[in-house]
Amino acid sequence: MQTLVAFAVGLIFGCGLILAGMTNPAKVIAFLDLAGPWDPSLALVMGGAMAVASAAFALARSRARSLLGLPMQLPTLKTIDRKLVLGSVAFGIGWGLGGLCPGPALVALASGRHEALVFVAAMLAGMAIHEISSRKIS
Amino acid sequence: MTIDWASFTPWTSLAGGLLIGLAASLLVLMNGRIAGISGVVGGLLRPRTGDTAWRAAFILGMLLAPGLYAWIWRIPQSEITTSTPLLVAAGLLVGIGTRFGSGCTSGHGVCGLARGSARSLVATLSFMLAGFITVFVTRHVIGG
Repeated sequence: MQTLVAFAVGLIFGCGLILAGMTNPAKVIAFLDLAGPWDPSLALVMGGAMAVASAAFALARSRARSLLGLPMQLPTLKTIDRKLVLGSVAFGIGWGLGGLCPGPALVALASGRHEALVFVAAMLAGMAIHEISSRKIS
Repeated sequence: MTIDWASFTPWTSLAGGLLIGLAASLLVLMNGRIAGISGVVGGLLRPRTGDTAWRAAFILGMLLAPGLYAWIWRIPQSEITTSTPLLVAAGLLVGIGTRFGSGCTSGHGVCGLARGSARSLVATLSFMLAGFITVFVTRHVIGG
């Protein structure tokens, strides 16, 4: 059942990204381009998503188990460290360069954009580099 | 600052945002998990028993989304102008950065902020600021 829910969530999430305009890198870059002709659309994507999700997370926080009886796995880490900030900055630079973040990249890949294939392959390589380096440390 | 009203799509973007919020809500309320794409994908690179099926199903759903969408409605045009070498660099930075930073636009930007997480607020401000500066440099300093 949880697999089926995850599948449906992926479908809804993907359709939301397409409808929102997030799968169009040119639109994402137009949102990030404050000095150019600015397209504020993506602020509404985040606002809309947060408005709905805030209510759900408030409810989720008050429960130990999900509606399917699974453990509620919310992040517990509170430390704000260099890793968090530098990682996020690196992500932001990559996002600004390509106009793609992980979700929209997967959807663009499935829409048959060959540029997205290049991006997703590099992204997976980047994630693998993190995986290898964090295994060496631990 | 000039607003590009011709490209502004308030209603579809808001509706898309609501759908994304609905998806994140369903995943946390039903499965107790955070809908962060980089985390869902990254977790597959470190497979643990009983933890891979839902991740694979989620990604499969995302990959089938354009098909479902095109069946109901017309997929909006998309435009990628970034050169291939730059796309490789962008992908690497996004892959490494989201894993070191423990999240991306969905995990930190939507779920984290909705939870009121201070870590996610710092992460979101960091990647937004880096994104704004990067586009300013590529569009107006180098490319201008």
